[in-house]
Amino acid sequence: MLSNMNMPRLAQMQTVTLIPGDGIGPEISSAVVKIFQAANAPVSWEERNVTAIKGPGGRWMIPPDAKESMDRSKIGLKGPLKTPIAAGHPSMNLLLRKTFDLYANVRPCISIEGYKTPYTDVDLVTIRENTEGEYSGIEHQIVDGVVQSIKLITENASRRIAEYAFEYARNNQRSSVTAVHKANIMRMSDGLFLRKCREVAESYKDIKFTEMYLDTVCLNMVQDPTQFDVLVMPNLYGDILSDLCAGLIGGLGVTPSGNIGANGVAIFESVHGTAPDIAGLDLANPTALLLSGVMMLRHMGLHDHAHKIQKACFDTIREKKVLTKDLGGNSKCSEFTADICRRVQDLD
Amino acid sequence: MAVALKRSLAVLVKSLGGPKWWQQASRSVSISASLSRVESPPARADATFKVTMLPGDGVGPELMTAVKDVFKAGDVPVEFDEFHLSEVQNMASEDKLEELLSSMKNNKVAIKGKIHTPMEFKGELASYEMRLRRKLDLFANVVHVNSLPGYSTRHNNLDLVIIREQTEGEYSSLEHESVPGVIECLKIITRAKSRRIAKFAFDYATKKGRNKVTAVHKANIMKLGDGLFLQCCAEVAQLYPKIKYENIIIDNCCMQLVQNPYQFDVLVMPNLYGNIIDNLAAGLVGGAGVVPGESYSAEYAVFETGARHPFAQAVGRNIANPTAMLLSAANMLRHLNLEYHSHMVSDAVKRVIKQGKVRTGDLGGYATSDEFTQAVIANLAV
Repeated sequence: MLSNMNMPRLAQMQTVTLIPGDGIGPEISSAVVKIFQAANAPVSWEERNVTAIKGPGGRWMIPPDAKESMDRSKIGLKGPLKTPIAAGHPSMNLLLRKTFDLYANVRPCISIEGYKTPYTDVDLVTIRENTEGEYSGIEHQIVDGVVQSIKLITENASRRIAEYAFEYARNNQRSSVTAVHKANIMRMSDGLFLRKCREVAESYKDIKFTEMYLDTVCLNMVQDPTQFDVLVMPNLYGDILSDLCAGLIGGLGVTPSGNIGANGVAIFESVHGTAPDIAGLDLANPTALLLSGVMMLRHMGLHDHAHKIQKACFDTIREKKVLTKDLGGNSKCSEFTADICRRVQDLD
Repeated sequence: MAVALKRSLAVLVKSLGGPKWWQQASRSVSISASLSRVESPPARADATFKVTMLPGDGVGPELMTAVKDVFKAGDVPVEFDEFHLSEVQNMASEDKLEELLSSMKNNKVAIKGKIHTPMEFKGELASYEMRLRRKLDLFANVVHVNSLPGYSTRHNNLDLVIIREQTEGEYSSLEHESVPGVIECLKIITRAKSRRIAKFAFDYATKKGRNKVTAVHKANIMKLGDGLFLQCCAEVAQLYPKIKYENIIIDNCCMQLVQNPYQFDVLVMPNLYGNIIDNLAAGLVGGAGVVPGESYSAEYAVFETGARHPFAQAVGRNIANPTAMLLSAANMLRHLNLEYHSHMVSDAVKRVIKQGKVRTGDLGGYATSDEFTQAVIANLAV
């Protein structure tokens, strides 16, 4: 537990449930906590573990204290979780998604100055419907050798994600929302998704609404990613496009991600793996989790702190003096973290 | 004659269901123009090849004009049977489709543009383009992604082949509204078709001297559907010990393609992922205007562009890039065993691009489609 002795102004301390995760999770989580402390962010952390346990009735669920903490604080920051094979329970991410009805996955992809990729000036956000679509999990073998997977599109889920996308665009000063679909092929299902997006667009006349086929988006994304702003789409396309955009800015090690739930719950996470080979060796790169934390601060309305921490992080990467191995340097995680903390304090 | 054709196609379809399909599929790569079961038209005295041409919508007609002009200037012994089938221009009907199909079955080789599928549907969920593919059983779509010498993009010297199963998968056109507001769309994966496309991919890799085939899937989420596809690929891979086999998840594949596309050689995948990766890879080397592609069935070959877009906003403005269609036409000539003419056309196109003086808008130049075509013609004989 952190105690902020020199609390500036009268910022209310907000509780955040911290889920360190597995592998490199604990070290990057503590790095983020240090940086937040250096920035005097009014955040008090409650650490919880979400390893699945079998509840009454034999159903897998997350530990009740974790659920209770999250329901109370409504905000969570999560590190990478291990998905054990043959443990008998579904993936942890799926469990969290179902428990808190996390329907929107938001990934802002901004080019990091100092971490060069062939694509510069990327600044877009992918908003993906996370509960239905192609990942409904409804599959069956009809006869031997013929398998049918069902893609589910419902009016409610489509409307909900479209409303969230436009709200997000409005709250973050974004100028346009593009619906990505394949309604020329999947005429009924993506047609419904598109119709709902169009309907919601009517109530948000200040935001420009366009629609584009998935293949056209892919074609244009790799040629000129600057033409895109906010993209909203069903589950599968969102999965693919959000990873594509992460690749444009440098991969999963530097990409933040947020999941928004139906009851005001929001869980921000890093989407990379647990990297068991470097766990505990102080070599991990906390950027992804840190930027997710920045996203979280913005969600909580703490824009000043968010801006400070983001600037410090980008400055450190741009200077190239203390970079972790995956960013091309050979410094330790603690050195990287210390540099960011120093910059944050200097910015005050 | 149509009845005889229909009967022979029915026999072919039935035999594809049983073990005989191995023999049928193994003929798929070395497609020759003759098939004993079908009546062929009387041999022509001037020995030109007849090819069905379907301009399609959008800039298709303009691109076809470019092909015809280049062929005429190069004295290529190919004659085109033109058909116009279009859903958006109200030129579509069952009769037209039948006419087109019988011509294609006769000629065995076709060159086509994209038939635009409108988003509104009147009755049938499957578009004309889908139905054409299904009726001719054009199960394999091959897109050649090669960097053009002289035109640099963010990733240069790319050489990929993308093989996509294009008759089943997510494009089943089987959708229904269970209750108002809830729509189901079925994705169908079958063992027979998965094996067929996997075998096609490995045969293709063997024939073209490729080292590696990578299967693209999402079997961690769609365990039964893509799991079956993956299993079929793995089974077929064992029959080709000289070719390395790997698999990769679609989202990771997209990320790797924009970060390090050189790790891939031949990619094989089901329908929707193929659509995504075709377009992504086309974007990597310069866009939809430079990538040729073709579709194969056991008997027919259809040549078209790699990334299929009607590009309606360019109609009449003379700005479309004919490169993709010309390179595809050159591939068609090679398929017809007209090696000399094939090289003539493709070398001319590559020379014009390498020189860099005449380039259309999508490659950063100011030339019109006509100017580009004229430049290619000028480079033909040299």
